[in-house]
Amino acid sequence: MSGSRVAVLGAGIIGSACARELVRAGLDVVVVDRGGAAGATTSHGEGNVLVSDKGPGPELELAQLSRRLWPGVLAEAEERTGSARAAEWEPKGGIMVATTEAGARGLADFAAGQRTAGVRIEELDADAVRSAEPHLTPHHTTALHYPDDGQVQPAGAAQVLLGEALARGARLRTGTEVLGAVRRGGRIEAVQTTGGRIEADIFVNAAGPWAGELSRRLGAPVEVHPRRGEVLVTAPLPPTVFHKVYDADYVGAVGSSAEETQTSAVVESTRAGTILIGSSRSRVGFDVRLRPEVLSQVARKALTLFPGLAGASVMRTYGGFRPYVPDHLPVIGADPRLPGLWHAGGHEGAGIGLSVGTARVLCDLLLDRPTEIGAAPFRVDRPAVLGGAADASAQGA
Amino acid sequence: MSPRLVRRETDAVRRTDRPIDITVDGEPVRGIEGQSLAGVLLASGRLAWRHGPDGAPRGVFCGIGVCFDCLLTVDGERDVRACRRRARDGDEVRTQTRSPHEGEGPTTPENSPVDIPATPPAQPSRPQDGTS
Amino acid sequence: MTARHTLVVGAGPGGLSAAAAALAAGARVTLIDSAEQPGGQYNRALPDAYAAARPDRVQHDWDRFDALRRRVLTHPRCTWWSGTEVWALERQAHEAAGPPTVHVAHGPADGSARRRSTVTPDALVLAVGAHDRVLPFPGWQLPGVFTAGAAQAMVKGERVVLGNQVVVAGTGPFLLPVADSLLEAGSSVIEVLEASTRGAAARGWLRRPWELAAQAGKGGELLEYGAALARHRVPYRFGRAVTEVRGDGRAEEAVTARVRQDWSVVPGTERVLPVDAVCVTHGFSPLLELPLAAGCALGPGPSTVPGDEFVTVDGDQHTSVRQVYAAGEITGVAGAPAARAEGAVAGWIAGGGDPGHPALRALRRKRDQGRAFARRLALAHAVGGAWPGWLRPETVICRCEGASYASVCRAAEGAEGADARAAKLGTRAGLGPCQARVCGPTVAELRRRAQGDGPAPPVPGLPAASPHHRPIAQPIRLGELAQAPLDAPPHGPVPDSDLGPGPGAHPDPDPHPDPDPAPDSGPHLPHSPQPPHPPHPPHPPHPPHPPHDGTKEKRQ
Repeated sequence: MSGSRVAVLGAGIIGSACARELVRAGLDVVVVDRGGAAGATTSHGEGNVLVSDKGPGPELELAQLSRRLWPGVLAEAEERTGSARAAEWEPKGGIMVATTEAGARGLADFAAGQRTAGVRIEELDADAVRSAEPHLTPHHTTALHYPDDGQVQPAGAAQVLLGEALARGARLRTGTEVLGAVRRGGRIEAVQTTGGRIEADIFVNAAGPWAGELSRRLGAPVEVHPRRGEVLVTAPLPPTVFHKVYDADYVGAVGSSAEETQTSAVVESTRAGTILIGSSRSRVGFDVRLRPEVLSQVARKALTLFPGLAGASVMRTYGGFRPYVPDHLPVIGADPRLPGLWHAGGHEGAGIGLSVGTARVLCDLLLDRPTEIGAAPFRVDRPAVLGGAADASAQGA
Repeated sequence: MSPRLVRRETDAVRRTDRPIDITVDGEPVRGIEGQSLAGVLLASGRLAWRHGPDGAPRGVFCGIGVCFDCLLTVDGERDVRACRRRARDGDEVRTQTRSPHEGEGPTTPENSPVDIPATPPAQPSRPQDGTS
Repeated sequence: MTARHTLVVGAGPGGLSAAAAALAAGARVTLIDSAEQPGGQYNRALPDAYAAARPDRVQHDWDRFDALRRRVLTHPRCTWWSGTEVWALERQAHEAAGPPTVHVAHGPADGSARRRSTVTPDALVLAVGAHDRVLPFPGWQLPGVFTAGAAQAMVKGERVVLGNQVVVAGTGPFLLPVADSLLEAGSSVIEVLEASTRGAAARGWLRRPWELAAQAGKGGELLEYGAALARHRVPYRFGRAVTEVRGDGRAEEAVTARVRQDWSVVPGTERVLPVDAVCVTHGFSPLLELPLAAGCALGPGPSTVPGDEFVTVDGDQHTSVRQVYAAGEITGVAGAPAARAEGAVAGWIAGGGDPGHPALRALRRKRDQGRAFARRLALAHAVGGAWPGWLRPETVICRCEGASYASVCRAAEGAEGADARAAKLGTRAGLGPCQARVCGPTVAELRRRAQGDGPAPPVPGLPAASPHHRPIAQPIRLGELAQAPLDAPPHGPVPDSDLGPGPGAHPDPDPHPDPDPAPDSGPHLPHSPQPPHPPHPPHPPHPPHPPHDGTKEKRQ
């Protein structure tokens, strides 16, 4: 396998992480993107590296693997390129907050499951909350601290990963859009692009929310769809929020997909002093229209957690598209219908954090090495991915 | 020389000045009714009242609400463009800074210099407190 | 019967004309401006509270402006929302459904308890204007360095003088009224520096003299300013620029230098002048966030400068979005006379007026003359391509976040092929409170130079990377955002007799300048019906105000 040629289609964080992992394993890698690197979903998210939002199961395992890998990946990149600071890695920890009795009960059950799966969780009493987050509403019913939650500046992190891949010999072709597959003997042997034909032995679909469209062009469609999210950004403030703070609704929102739009509060500060306030989840296709009512909902939920932020000035909002699969699990592996085509995507809102674990699993599968976690749940040939899954909610998470 | 107000006695537009009193970081400053806060501060001889991210002083730059260099805290309301906000008698103005309070890395609650109310503000919502 | 509702954003020369023409066409009009008084930047008025007896002393064309604003603001079908920010535009799900819903906040600037409301008009006229473009140079972030517009706003709008030993520098005819205002207020203007060389300026201005003749009003105004400079013995130098400002915590010295036609510095020509203020302008940036939010297509407009963008309009000032019109500097920086003509066309058509009305011909001619003027202006005062030679690696490019020239260049040249958005997150240039209003065009230009490519291809589902993309067009407090907006029926009932164009309705609000109807008593403007919530403190009766002069208007 060493020396095989791999074309990674998509230069977002997933493509960047895969390129890095594959080139380290001795493969010949080219990364192709129709735009620039890290310009789409990767630069429109919050940079979550979370374990707190996932219940026991394969996605949590992938999150835990990724969380273990991140510090080493960044240390290696620093050694190699001296630029890992751009990732703005902050293992700041998260705090999950319930504000109702029912929420407290739901959160307790959720956390109990997570603990059995090895997630570190500390219950915070009133004093501990006050000292950890002095501006958090005192009217909460439960606050749980997840010390392993972290944050990166997502575009910076992607560039660190891609930068290392390039430093190790990978090539990058931006402004190059994939138009279709060239098959030979049932295998994909090349892609036609706006910049000509690109040949390889392996093609990795890492096109994020556009993975569905790309897979259709390649003739092996997968059910990856966009789900819009919006984040509010305040003007820079003196330090006010010290962890990633979520209302416990966030747990529910990730898995469910019943309504068109859902919101839950995720509040955190950045190094620049701005506070990021998320987030919404809307199934509106690739519609970019601003919907102030959605922003209002996000604002209301954030104020439930941090009433003192009412006077904070919101200077910007940005929205992006998360790639989701109806069963809310990532897709990592070979496409059984088209030899030579692999997929790495469908991470919904967690792709930044899950990127390095995904790349590790993909690389191990590709090289036929044992994977560090069970990879079967992410396989491509499951109904939710290949179609036929009637509705997301029917599949559960 | 500092900025100043055109002397009323010689001003060709023949204006009528009605004084108003505000405080800037606790210090009394007299302005005239109708001035923007930027106008009051400039006319009082102040050229700069904010510190940028590098800690250097900043004041008015664009004068019409575009550059956000002249931000002030007014009666506890942060990030008010001084060039856009009409001064009112009794305004309590505080200057703002974006100077880092320490080096790189996250600030912790212990070294946070701010006092932001941890309880829901009275209605209508009051903004959070400003900084040093 | 309900009259067509036209919403006009911006009450400068373009917006005020649009409102007048839409009223003449029989429409109901809501006129919105973030300022407390109409006029924009060009006709900026003194505060009511100054009770100035002679506002005309600091304002060209005061009588004409005063008559027009009274006619508009007192009209029974006009609602005037002063102190009102448009913070977002919400496009309709289907464009055919008409203009976007306009989200506004009423109340003190940057207040935290302003009332939110929304309006969905039948037609929307955007006339939001422009602001100074200032190129970065070492020391431009020092207090005491101002945009020319700041100097003008402070002197004409508040009678505050920014310094006593002032250098006015940059390029364009706006340098003249600014110097004139400073002189009028008693400052000493050391010199006025026009970076364009005498040759370039002459070529621009003299190439087609008949076009200039059509703008005689503007030309005459500039001659008057020139005479004022001569009277005060202020040198006006071509081909010289302020390339650096120095000082300890404030501007104390300006470094000026001779520049070639491309604005590269001629070595050995540097001079150091002691100053207490430097006023700079290098042209104007149109305020494009609302047109972009409305979905309007942008294009080069009358400009030939690569990268310049304006709202694309047709002969009726109609943008690419149904029932959205644009007038004034956002369609091309052409000055107040052209803005008034564009506003009149836009308002008349948006208000449902007859598109074949004979008076439109003259207005369109005026507008075309204005555009020809704009092209000459752009030619005579084009920014020279070598200006980055003034910069040092540590020179601040993004004033908000302190991003340096070196960091912006590094990101632009980055081997990682980073997209513009990713680069922005890396340098933070453009991510601060001004949201790239000041540095955005500069960063875009440096990036273009470093990469030598055109704009990135559009990605379906993502807005085009634009230095003007600001979906939240003005800051809004989190607490305000959390409130549900009120629907704002813009008007109480209007008598049927007031609806529809009256006999002799005419799109040109100002076919001949009117004499001031009541020069001494001062106008007493009744209040227009207000939105169904108390948006702002009641106005005192408007005494006459002096607006200011310049070559621009702006909503704010």
